[in-house]
Amino acid sequence: MSEPAVEIPLLSVEDLSVEFRTRDGVVKALEGVSFAVGKGETVGIVGESGSGKSVTAFSVMGLLPPAARVARGRAVFGGLDLLSASGRQLDEYRGRELSMIFQNPRTALNPIRTIGQQLVDVLVRHANLFRVDARARAVELLARVQIPDPGRRFGAYPFELSGGMCQRVMIALAIACAPALLIADEPTTGIDVTTQAAILDLLGELGAQSRMATILITHDLGVVAERCDRIVVMHGGHVVETAPTDELFAHPRHPYTARLIASTPRPGAKLTDLLPIPGSVPDLRQALPPCRYRPRCERALPRCDEPPLPRLVLTPRHLVACQNPLPVEAV
Amino acid sequence: MTPLLDVRGLGKRFPLRHSQSAVHAVDDVSFSIAPGECVGLVGESGCGKSTLVRLVTRLLDPTTGSICFEGTDISRVPAARFASSPWRSRIQMVFQDPTDSLNPRASAFDTIAEPLRRLGTANGRRAVSARVHELADLCGLARELLGRFPHQLSGGQQQRVGIARAIALSPRLLVLDEPTSALDVSVQAVILHLLADLRERLTMTYLFVSHDLNLVRLFSDRVMVMYLGKVVEIGPADRVFEAPRHPYTRALLSAVPTPDPVLRRRRIVLTGEARSPVDPSPSVCRFSGRCPEGFERCERDMPPLRPVGDKHEAACHLLETQAVLR
Repeated sequence: MSEPAVEIPLLSVEDLSVEFRTRDGVVKALEGVSFAVGKGETVGIVGESGSGKSVTAFSVMGLLPPAARVARGRAVFGGLDLLSASGRQLDEYRGRELSMIFQNPRTALNPIRTIGQQLVDVLVRHANLFRVDARARAVELLARVQIPDPGRRFGAYPFELSGGMCQRVMIALAIACAPALLIADEPTTGIDVTTQAAILDLLGELGAQSRMATILITHDLGVVAERCDRIVVMHGGHVVETAPTDELFAHPRHPYTARLIASTPRPGAKLTDLLPIPGSVPDLRQALPPCRYRPRCERALPRCDEPPLPRLVLTPRHLVACQNPLPVEAV
Repeated sequence: MTPLLDVRGLGKRFPLRHSQSAVHAVDDVSFSIAPGECVGLVGESGCGKSTLVRLVTRLLDPTTGSICFEGTDISRVPAARFASSPWRSRIQMVFQDPTDSLNPRASAFDTIAEPLRRLGTANGRRAVSARVHELADLCGLARELLGRFPHQLSGGQQQRVGIARAIALSPRLLVLDEPTSALDVSVQAVILHLLADLRERLTMTYLFVSHDLNLVRLFSDRVMVMYLGKVVEIGPADRVFEAPRHPYTRALLSAVPTPDPVLRRRRIVLTGEARSPVDPSPSVCRFSGRCPEGFERCERDMPPLRPVGDKHEAACHLLETQAVLR
C-alpha cells in the first residue's frame, strides 16, 4: 500500500458538527469532525456503534434525514462545499464523482426491479448513455465485479442473489461512473470471511486501477488493518485519533484507540488478553464534557474537564484529541 | 470419560417443494463433546451449522442418526414434545441477536422467570423471584434493570438477560449461537468473560458457533469446521488454527482479517462456485470444484474423516498417505 500525499485532498471535512432534533432533545451526533482523504487513498473510519461513522458518511453524501441539521463546518470536494450545495449541484456529483455503498445491500437495492435495470438507470442518468448502450455496459460492470454469468444475471431480481452477490451489485452500481470517491459503509458486515475478502480485494483493485479514493466505514479493526492506508478513530461524535494504519496499531496514542485494539481478538491471544472498554458510548442528548471519552477514560486528568478539547499534531499525519495521550514507549 | 453429547451419523434433509429432491443441510455428521468442554463450530453461511445447532438443541427433528445426551438417545423425542420434556432444561441456547430473541413485551424479570415457571422446580412466586435475582447477580445484571423491557436495555444488558434465561434451569449443555455478533467489540469482551466465568462456576459445557474465527480460537478447546453439511476438520483449537490440514480450513483461515498490520499472511483465494446442497452426489467431495488442491479422485470418491494428529481429524484425500504413516 502506497502512501499518497495529502497536500491537495480530494475530500476535506472541516469542523463538521451535526445535530438531530428528537423528542428527547437535541442529539449532538457530530462535533468538530475534521479529516481529509487524498486521491487514491483508502481511509478507514472505525468506532463503536453510535460513534458517528455513518452520520459522517451521510453528511458528505447530502443524505441526512430531515431531522438533522448541519450546525457548523464544511465538506469540500473538488472545490465545492457539499454541505451548502444545492440539491441540483449535489445531483451532478452524486453517482458520478461521489458514490456510496450501503450497509445492507438487500434493503438498498430496489426489490422490484432487476439488477440490470437498476444499473441501466444509473448509467442513463449519470453517464448519459442511451439505454441500448447502457445494457452492454451494465453487463460489463457485472463481469467486472466478478458476478458469474453476467448476461443471465442481468435479469435477476435482488432476492434471487445471495448477500455477497447483492453486495457486488451495489459495488457495480457505485463504480458505474468511475467515481473519484467511494464511501463504503460497512460493506461486508454480516458477510462470510471468504466473500468479505473477495469484496475487499475487488474494492482495492478498483482503487488501484482508477485512483479511486475509498472511505471504508467499519467496526472491524481487522478489516481496516488489512485494507486502509490511514485510519480515523471516532468516539461519541468526535474524531479522537487519525494516523497511518501501521503507526496507529503500533503506537495508538488515544486511550480509546488503545482500548479498542485491546478488545479485538487477535490470532493467538488468550481470553484474558481481551480487555473490555469500561463504561458505554456516551448519551449524546446530555450535556457532555469537552472530551466525550472522559467518563470512560482511565487516564483522565482534572484538566480534561476544561474546554476546549485539544487536537495535538504529533506528526503531520498523526493527530490525537487528548489532554493526556499515551506515551509511545508504553505501548 | 463418557461424553456429554455424542452425535452419530446425524443428517437433516429439507425436501424441496414440487420435486423429489432435498437440500442436504447436515449430512452424516458425527462428533462428541466431553463434559466441561467448549467446542467451537465454524463455517460459512449455508454450511449447515445453524441446522446442526437446531438438531442438537432439539428444535428440529433429524432425518437420520442419533443424538445421545448423557447416555440417552434424545433424537427420538419429537421436537414438538421436547419443549416440555425434562431434557429441555438440560440443553439450552443463547441466541445471536438479543433484540430478536427477547420478547419485546416481557420485562427482563419475566423473560428470565419464564423457563422457571414452565419447567422449573422453584415453586411459588417467592422462590421464582429469588432465583431470578440470583441469576441476575450471576450474569452481572443490576437488579433495578429487571423491571425494564428490552428496548430500555443496552445491547450488552439485553444479552445478559438472554444468558440469564438460558442458564435459569442450570443446563449441562449451553449452545451459544453467535452470542456476540450483534455487539460492539467493547461489550463483546465483557460478555465473553461472563460466559467463560459462568462455564467454570456452573460446570457447563459449551457448543460455540461463530463466524469470527479469531474469537472461536480464543474461546474454544476444540474446533469443528463445516462445509456444505459435512464436518471437514475437527481438532484442538490451537492445532487447527496453527496447522490446518484441510484445504478449506486453510482457505477460511487465510481470509480472516487480522487486527495487526504486521501479521499479514498470504491469502488463499477460492475460485469456482460452491456445489449445490440439493441432492449432492455421495461420491464426490463437497469441496471439489472450489478446492485449490483438488484432483481427479475428489470427483469420484468422498473422503472420510481421517486422524491426522492427536484428536485431530480431517476429511481430505491428500491426507491419506500421512494418515497411513502415522
